[in-house]
Amino acid sequence: MHVAYPAVVAALLFSLGVYGVLARRNAILVLMSVELMLNAVNLNLVAFDVWLRDRLHGGQVLALFTIVIAAAEIGLGLAIVLLVYRTRRTVDVDRLRDLADRDPVPGEDGADRPPATVAGGRDGEGTP
Amino acid sequence: MTGAEIVFTLLGVVAVGSGLLVVSSRQLVHAALWLVVSFGALAGCYLVLTAEFVAWVQVLIYVGAVVVLLLFGIMLTRAPIGRSADLDSGNRWPALAVALATAGVLVTLLVRGFRDAFIDLDPGPGSAEGLGAAIFRTWVLPFEVLSVLLLAALIGAIVLSRGDVGEPVGEPAGEPEDGDG
Repeated sequence: MHVAYPAVVAALLFSLGVYGVLARRNAILVLMSVELMLNAVNLNLVAFDVWLRDRLHGGQVLALFTIVIAAAEIGLGLAIVLLVYRTRRTVDVDRLRDLADRDPVPGEDGADRPPATVAGGRDGEGTP
Repeated sequence: MTGAEIVFTLLGVVAVGSGLLVVSSRQLVHAALWLVVSFGALAGCYLVLTAEFVAWVQVLIYVGAVVVLLLFGIMLTRAPIGRSADLDSGNRWPALAVALATAGVLVTLLVRGFRDAFIDLDPGPGSAEGLGAAIFRTWVLPFEVLSVLLLAALIGAIVLSRGDVGEPVGEPAGEPEDGDG
């Protein structure tokens, strides 16, 4: 089998994941797209391991490790998403812009931000 | 085209097509279910590449655990179950441009770079026996480190999702001496 087949499938899956991460709004859909990218990497690892006939099976073992790390990542990511939902009542990544260095847009942003955060930030800036 | 290439092409078309539906579907639950199809087709791709053990681990962990976790996440965030119009953000067209550029660069590079590379598919090296021997002989130290990582992720997820773990330390910060002294 030609090496280009798995490589092209992996490249297409990776770019689909890139599109999903950049274009999706719901945080859970962003996590799904990250999983697509990780799977593309796994396909590459397995294909090149089989191609090079690695005697230590480095590619396939690393693919297994990537699967386990992806499981850990999705667990932690979903815990973070649930925490964000509990405090903000939304998982819309376009509206979670507290870390952005720009003026808040009044209609999108000010309604659901807890006032304590804003006050704490102002105090921290004004103290020195 | 050999038989393995035809089967791999079909499975790859299924994987990429359902991946396209994952990133373009208007319904959250449908996106998660298309993810199952994509992961299943990828497991078939691993089987064609003679990596049997990785294929079954893919089915067990991705299809069995990760997608179920994602469905739990969808339901716990009270996402709209039906069709919702605002799943795509405002930077959809730049994202499309970036993704097309990535796909173009990667596909061109890989096709031109591996033009005369061929995989000899003979069964055996990817079985559970060979892979288990490799993990527990050569890669046993990363394997153990990975178990510590999983434990850390588990504890982190518990601490994050239980709201009351850190509070008895954090709350009485103003009056620490009250109860004791």
